[in-house]
Amino acid sequence: MATSSVSKGCFVFKPNFKKRKISVPIEEYFNEGKNESEDSKLRFETYQVIWQQMKSETEKMQEELNKNLFDSLIKFLQKSHSGFQKNSRDWGCQIKLREIPTAALILGVNVTDHEFTFRSLTEAIQNNVTPYVVKLQARDCPDIKHFLQKLFSQLMDCHVDVESKEEEKDIQKKTHCSMDSLSSWYMNVTQKTDQGKPRKKRTSSQWQSPPVVLILKDMESFTTKVLQDFIIISSQHLHEFPLILIFGIATSPVIIHRLLPHAVSSLLCIEIFQSLSCKEHLTTVIDKLLLTTQFPFNLSEKVLQILTSIFLYYDFSIQNFIKGLQLSLLEHFYSQPLSVLCCNLPEAKRRINFLSDNQCENIRRLPSFRRYVEKQATEKQVALLTNERFLKEETQSLLESLHVYHTNYFLVLRCLHQFTSSLPKYPLGRQIRELYCTCLEKNIWDSEEYASALQLLRMLAKDELMTILQKCFSVLNSSSEKQLGSTAKRIEELLAQLQSLDAEVKEEEDASGSQSKGLQKTDLYHLQKSLLEMKELRRTGKKQTKFEVLREKVVNFIDSLVREYLLPPETQPLYEAVYFTAAHTLHEHLNAAPRLALHTALNNPYYYLKNEVLKSEEGCIPNVAPDICIAYKLHLECSRLINLVDWSEAFATVVTAAEKTDANSVTSEERNDIIHARFIRAVSELELLGFVKPTKRKTDHVARLTWGGC
Amino acid sequence: MPHLENVVLCRESQVSTLQSLFGERHHFSFPSIFIYGHTASGKTYVTQTLLKTLELPHVFVNCVECFTLRLLLEQILNRLNYLSSSEEGCSTEITCDTFNDFVRLFKQVTNAKNLKDQTVYIVLDKAEYLRDMEANILPGFLRLQELTDRNVTVIFLSEIIWEKFRPNTGCFEPFVLYFPDYSIGNLQKILSHDHPPEYSADFYAAYINILLGVFYTVCRDLKELRHLAVLNFPKYCEPVVKGEASERDTRKLWRNIEPHLKKAMQTVYLREISSSQWEKLQQDDQDPGQLEGLSAYTHVELPYYSKFILIAAYLASYNPSRTDKRFFLKHHGKIKKTNFLKKHEKTSNHLLGPKPFPLDRLLAILYSIVDSRVAPTANIFSQITSLVTLQLLTLVGHDDQLDGPKYKCTVSLDFIRAIARTVNFDIIKYLYDFL
Repeated sequence: MATSSVSKGCFVFKPNFKKRKISVPIEEYFNEGKNESEDSKLRFETYQVIWQQMKSETEKMQEELNKNLFDSLIKFLQKSHSGFQKNSRDWGCQIKLREIPTAALILGVNVTDHEFTFRSLTEAIQNNVTPYVVKLQARDCPDIKHFLQKLFSQLMDCHVDVESKEEEKDIQKKTHCSMDSLSSWYMNVTQKTDQGKPRKKRTSSQWQSPPVVLILKDMESFTTKVLQDFIIISSQHLHEFPLILIFGIATSPVIIHRLLPHAVSSLLCIEIFQSLSCKEHLTTVIDKLLLTTQFPFNLSEKVLQILTSIFLYYDFSIQNFIKGLQLSLLEHFYSQPLSVLCCNLPEAKRRINFLSDNQCENIRRLPSFRRYVEKQATEKQVALLTNERFLKEETQSLLESLHVYHTNYFLVLRCLHQFTSSLPKYPLGRQIRELYCTCLEKNIWDSEEYASALQLLRMLAKDELMTILQKCFSVLNSSSEKQLGSTAKRIEELLAQLQSLDAEVKEEEDASGSQSKGLQKTDLYHLQKSLLEMKELRRTGKKQTKFEVLREKVVNFIDSLVREYLLPPETQPLYEAVYFTAAHTLHEHLNAAPRLALHTALNNPYYYLKNEVLKSEEGCIPNVAPDICIAYKLHLECSRLINLVDWSEAFATVVTAAEKTDANSVTSEERNDIIHARFIRAVSELELLGFVKPTKRKTDHVARLTWGGC
Repeated sequence: MPHLENVVLCRESQVSTLQSLFGERHHFSFPSIFIYGHTASGKTYVTQTLLKTLELPHVFVNCVECFTLRLLLEQILNRLNYLSSSEEGCSTEITCDTFNDFVRLFKQVTNAKNLKDQTVYIVLDKAEYLRDMEANILPGFLRLQELTDRNVTVIFLSEIIWEKFRPNTGCFEPFVLYFPDYSIGNLQKILSHDHPPEYSADFYAAYINILLGVFYTVCRDLKELRHLAVLNFPKYCEPVVKGEASERDTRKLWRNIEPHLKKAMQTVYLREISSSQWEKLQQDDQDPGQLEGLSAYTHVELPYYSKFILIAAYLASYNPSRTDKRFFLKHHGKIKKTNFLKKHEKTSNHLLGPKPFPLDRLLAILYSIVDSRVAPTANIFSQITSLVTLQLLTLVGHDDQLDGPKYKCTVSLDFIRAIARTVNFDIIKYLYDFL
């Protein structure tokens, strides 16, 4: 760099920020990677649109799910404060202990989701109860001093009053945040708002002194001493500083008793609030985002399986599930050029007209499309493979039928779920997501579970059958589209027939009643005989009641529905455009295995380095591999303690085998030194990675820290 | 002093001792007085009322609130300053960081006219917190009179005996005064003292008698008893209000209230149900059995692998590591329990509590108890960490975090059995103690 100065000296050059900050716009990434990227910009935009829709949908849904909990919590907060307010001369109130109102909020173990809940809770409280809401985390409060400091500074932020801000800062510096100063600050503020802004006060809260709500986000992690001290202190200041506590509890409220001794917990007035279980939450998410035609995007069976199993097996986190969904959406639009067609039907039809030749080729290459073509007549095949315009028209109609397929699919799926969800032992799963997975995977009617489910359905009682049919009817009616109108009518007919059966059934019952009476009077021999007769009767099947006939009809009807509409998506042409199938990529991204990756890298360097020289058979050590790989492979053969000398010998043997050719230039001693140095470096790298560590049990030995294959 | 006796009940001897210690206003008193006694034995109340009714210049500081030395010293000085200059009305904030400064500033402040010729009292409530502060504080306060050369007495209030305070280096011995627990008669007298205005004193006294009969065995805390008395009084009055019984009909009233109080002992007293919920139940006349207390919510929902991690951790914590081979290897041969019993292992491991185990052992057990193959993914490791934050596992020791963290499992046997039942795992079969 140059200066305009004539004198010699040091000059400070500020780095040019502008140059560094040039970043690639996100959509550019879509262009990279795949060379055959068609319409990448359009794809990215479509992705963004769909994701925005999904996001707003989930947010809306979460708000609804939390509504109940928040309403009861806010009611509690308001009520407990009114108790403060009365403060009357009432005899009881004077003597009773002043307890700190406390809400124990049980949120479940999915800690990652809590942040979202707390954020919306804060908002709700600020809108409805009090502007003073403070959230504290255990890691910010190692002792009571930091606890109060955090509380103080966050309270100040809550109280947005620009003119007094400076002055407050001073107070904060001066007073060291004791509870005394806190309560005097509070008095100041509330009195000020009393005089200054009576209008605002009335809108935000109907009381003179709004309570201060303190949310402890992770109750379990707080140290006992801090909590105890704080509760003791604040209970002494309760009359001038109306505090309400909210404990965020991940496990169970017993933790309160474990953390706080009776002397302290007797200062609290605890009520329990339980949030929705996360499994129910997941069901709603899948219901609203996947089992709907609102979003054109769908997941294949494997992908859905991975996402749900990560949820159920590992973390119970809805946020992570939605993140996984987002990732698969992004990956789909990134890797599948035909994903331009993954949008609502009219738009997709419009887009087809603008498809490039390349994209048309892409369509022809789709396996599902090829299967479709093979089934057509010869002239049509030729036309489809050569004529672009014809192809586009055909694609439009195919997309339309795909849309119809989806509409019917979800309706019938829900109907089937109504039937199977009440069966004993749940042969097809209790949740609709399990049923959905099986249906996506294969023809469901081929499975054993389906057969046994039908078997069970044939034994349903009449009232059960009626309620199920009624539910199905309402499911079918709920959709705006009239694809399955005739089906709904058919169900209505069946229902009517079942109802009209009533009278006949009564007769039936009378008849069987008389029969059983007859049985009672006979002796053992006769009983046996008549039972045998009845069995015979049943076998011949003559004596099927009308209800049984009708039930058979219903089951057959459902069976035909399933066979007609619940075809797996692979059977549909063009399904690749709207289904995300790359389960493997998703698995790699979401369920990373660090130990496995490390082992692969060290054991088989070719996997990552892609250098042909490194290709080797299983078990042997290529001598040109990186030093650390050689050292690692050698150490795999050792037991708990590794002799460094032996190890280094072995290392040298392996390495020199490679270098014999070009070793002429340096003397052997020098070379030995170099190899020694390389060995030491490799060992210390292994130590850094956590495979070995120095031990004091034996001199010149290191201890191995890993066992087995990974 | 008849007035004082009306306010302070059942503490006559202590009051008179204190009064004689204080002496006349201008007399030098004992430099430091140490008052101790159980919770709610009237230490704070007696001292405070005494100082107030005698109108002695005093500063009352609660040591819980003063978590740093500076807060404590500044609070004392500022309050004294306020006392001395109350007439002028203006006072500046004094800053004080060390005890040395405190002594200097204290001299200045007490030089004021209205503090000069009389004893100044500094009361330090919850004095046990002083022990956690700098080492010079307690000895300093004990001989404050000598250090400042002023007429000052420091009163310490604590629930802990003086012997637990005495520093190693020795110090000035304070005058130790013990407040014994209230006897049942005392409690009866004090509790009946504040009866509600609507009812006669006798009626309330009878109620207190019943209350004490139920609660005296478990609770002698006056504050708590008062609280419970107020909470349950409406229920006691109920027959009288409804006109079903007269105030003198003690037997009927007793039959009405006794089961109610017993229920209260199991719920409100333990804070299983909050007081407000209890009051609401009383108003609605519901059975308190319907409402589930805190301890009813023991169920914790965990992800599938977390359950197995927890089970594996439990096994690792309570089984000796030598027995792992027997439990988790397929062809372990027949090893009888007696064969590998070491002497110290004869006692039940459940009596000894959980033992720490390394991460590798946890994973090894995990792999062998889960039916399907589990890959050691990042998710598994993060689950272990999140179990630590949930306090179901604890991390032991702080060195060696990188290459060999050790954990302990902190859940109870009942808890782990409930967890194991949900995944159809018979944990008892795998526990060495139950072999």
